[in-house]
Amino acid sequence: MQNTTISAHCAVDIRAVRKAYGVGESAFVALDEATVSVRQNEFFTLLGPSGCGKTTLLRMIAGFDYPTSGEILLNGADITSLPPFKRPVNTVFQNYALFPHMTVAENVAFGLEALGKSRAEVKARVAEMLRLVQLEHLAGRRTSQMSGGQQQRVALARALAPQPKVLLLDEPLSALDYKLRKEMQSELKRLQYETGITFIFVTHDQEEALTMSDRVAVMSAGRILQIGTPREIYNRPADRFVASFIGETNFLTGMLQDHANGKAKVALKSGRSIVVNVAPGTPASGEVTFIVRPEHARLVDGPGDVRASVDKVVYFGTDTHIHLRLDSGEAFMVRQQNGSIAGCSVEAGQAVAVAITDGAAQVVKA
Amino acid sequence: MTSVNDLTTEIEAADARRRWLLASPALLTIFVAAIGPLFIVLAYSFLAPGDYGDVKWQFSLDAWMSVFFERDIFDDTLSLATAHIDIFWRSVKLALITTALTLFFGFPTAYFMATRSERSRDLWQFLITIPFWTNLLIRTLAILQIIRNEGILNTVLIKLGVINEPIQILFTDTAILIGMVYVYLPLMVLPIYASLERLDFRLVEAGYDLYATRWRVLRKIILPLAKPGVIAGSILVFIPAIGAFVSPSVLGGGKNMMFSNLIELQFGQGRNWPLGSALSITVMIIVMAALLIYVRNNASKDERHA
Amino acid sequence: MRKGFSVRYQPGFTAIAVACFALLYLPVITLVVYAFNSAPSVAAWGGLSLHWFQVALTNSDVIDASIRSFQIATVAACLATVFATMAALATTRTRRYRGLGFIYAFINQPLMVPEIVTAVALLIIVAQVKAFAGYSGLGYLIVAHTAFCIPFAYLPIRARLENMDLCLERAAADLYAKPFYTFRRVTLPLLWPGILGAFMLAFVLSLDDVVITEFVKSGGQDTLPTYMLGQIRRGITPEMNAISTAFLLLSIVIVTLFFIVSRKRT
Repeated sequence: MQNTTISAHCAVDIRAVRKAYGVGESAFVALDEATVSVRQNEFFTLLGPSGCGKTTLLRMIAGFDYPTSGEILLNGADITSLPPFKRPVNTVFQNYALFPHMTVAENVAFGLEALGKSRAEVKARVAEMLRLVQLEHLAGRRTSQMSGGQQQRVALARALAPQPKVLLLDEPLSALDYKLRKEMQSELKRLQYETGITFIFVTHDQEEALTMSDRVAVMSAGRILQIGTPREIYNRPADRFVASFIGETNFLTGMLQDHANGKAKVALKSGRSIVVNVAPGTPASGEVTFIVRPEHARLVDGPGDVRASVDKVVYFGTDTHIHLRLDSGEAFMVRQQNGSIAGCSVEAGQAVAVAITDGAAQVVKA
Repeated sequence: MTSVNDLTTEIEAADARRRWLLASPALLTIFVAAIGPLFIVLAYSFLAPGDYGDVKWQFSLDAWMSVFFERDIFDDTLSLATAHIDIFWRSVKLALITTALTLFFGFPTAYFMATRSERSRDLWQFLITIPFWTNLLIRTLAILQIIRNEGILNTVLIKLGVINEPIQILFTDTAILIGMVYVYLPLMVLPIYASLERLDFRLVEAGYDLYATRWRVLRKIILPLAKPGVIAGSILVFIPAIGAFVSPSVLGGGKNMMFSNLIELQFGQGRNWPLGSALSITVMIIVMAALLIYVRNNASKDERHA
Repeated sequence: MRKGFSVRYQPGFTAIAVACFALLYLPVITLVVYAFNSAPSVAAWGGLSLHWFQVALTNSDVIDASIRSFQIATVAACLATVFATMAALATTRTRRYRGLGFIYAFINQPLMVPEIVTAVALLIIVAQVKAFAGYSGLGYLIVAHTAFCIPFAYLPIRARLENMDLCLERAAADLYAKPFYTFRRVTLPLLWPGILGAFMLAFVLSLDDVVITEFVKSGGQDTLPTYMLGQIRRGITPEMNAISTAFLLLSIVIVTLFFIVSRKRT
């Protein structure tokens, strides 16, 4: 019963997958009981700093590594022990791994030929793929003579050609410069939409994760900390790590008072109270830590919610970051959009008042 | 929920099995034609010589005794086999001098090659490979043609009036030495070149920046970094040198024997296969001692060299 | 114009190096020159002539020995290259499995033993086997040559394999290629120059071998080097110069081919 429900929704089902090197106390645990379900046609991202286990997990889905315990299912079928060439899953590698002794067309054709498809079918599909990534004019070129962006697209075409059930992308954009990366991000979104294939994308760049994904899994030290849409992850981070890894954050503490329907009143050290969001399961009273995103606070005339003095003002082109030191001692940052050219009017050392948008703050696990 | 721990070890074990299978033809061939026979030699050294060569299958320590000692025919006392000792000493001496000389000439040569421009480096590599891949016998013959009494060197010197009679170089230790240095020089150059090619000259620049003289830079920066190549080259020269056969045979005549000639004698006229075997094992022991020194010097080094 | 400070210059090194190169080639060049000397001794110069080459070419012993050398070298080099390739595949780009160090040491063992010792050992074994099985053909020489050629073929192939991006084979497996298919379409094409180079090295080493062949051969089974050794011991003839020249030419051709093959697709 449970299996049919799962296979209807999930392209890839990872169940309590654990990878440990060595045994006992001194074992290095790369993945600690990771459990996640990726849905069909989803653009799913594994996000985390280096060493968090995201690449290890990806490799296990691809078949280049095997878990110490746990299972991996693809559309309901157990593929945990299958070698990579038996899994209908393809990978775009970080360094592209294009075959240097083959042309672009031969690279793209490789998977289809390995599957034994007919020459006509291979030819047609290769042409279709090259059209999809807009590289038809380079079909006969050797891959070593191409730019990074072009090699990327060849790697994509090659991985998509055999129509895999899932496409895995291992930090494919990390070698590209800023502008190219932005272009490729929208390329990838477009490709995923047009082909309808489930994409599992690995990156350490949280901006990339937020802009491209349907859902994100934030990982750290082998554990999955939170799975949710970009909005959920950003506005409702589950814990301190997620909150500080994604975007800029301010951490404040206060005493929790009333608590109903996911909202609560918190008394700040300044004496004022604000309304914050709480996750279900938070205790009804006591001291809590909550986050305030810099764009959810503003400098005001009048008393505001907290008082602070300005440490420094940093200009960013589109925004200005105002670094403050609250009267209660914590560091705090306010982000203002530079709507007018005149710019920000505060200076270092000035005393200011800060107001926090009601309902914007989120309580997190300390 | 099956534990996949067994799966990982199972896959790794299957992989290891497959690799052993792949390596087996090479291992088998080498065992049959290189390593296995060594054990036979060891066994033979403890047997008695047969009447027409080969052995009599009875245990005897005579062979090993004869390596170092000889028995006086008349009063049956043991004394050091001076003839043998001379030969051992000549072999070790010549091998060491050859190693030293090839190092002395080979290091600058390798350094020169490594400091050429990218393009011409190929050319120099080409030039050093040709002698390396030319038959050892031909190269020894070339030396022979030069140093023998009717050879080129003497002929030219006499014609120029520098000397009246030919200098007897052939059939001396010096001749063998010249031959061995000539033949083994490329063997010393190549590993040192490999080491020096990988040298990051920015380290040398750093040395000069910090007030070092050329000599200091050479001693404290270049030489230590080239050490793996130097040691590899020394091993590659010493081992063949101590067992050298062609050079002493052709350039030394029958008189200035080295290990290999003595061993050959036992399997030919000498008809003492056990003694020949014991002598071979002695050479092996000397070589293994040299290798042990190398291993100790390079305890943590990678196995990539030569 | 004053030359700037050269980081790479070391006093005397260039002089020694150039001298070494010159001295390496001088004896051999002299040999070649005298091969064309119509006079029978190096003491006199009789003018250019191909006489000694003719003598060598009509000497049936020389022809026999040459043919035998090539036969042995071809078979031994082929076998050694194939075995060495397999062994290299088995010992590279893998985590340390039990016995890896052993295999590596075992394969390199012939490099660590002076030829005379191996030659003697083989002499003994071959004598026994001959008495036992009665076979007296080229097989012993072929096996012996294969054995000492394997480490020389193994090392360059292994080096090339280690430099190959493991990612490529992984990509192939990701794209549904079974292990042998991956080997055929990805590993082998990229390894091929290394294999060719290894073959040439093994071929030359077998062709050049003196000591092991001298001890293992049966009567009448001379290879070109052992024939020459026998002749030299008896007394040098100018014919030797001619044969040497031909041999040298062959070496140059092979080295040139080797460099062309290795430089391609580095």
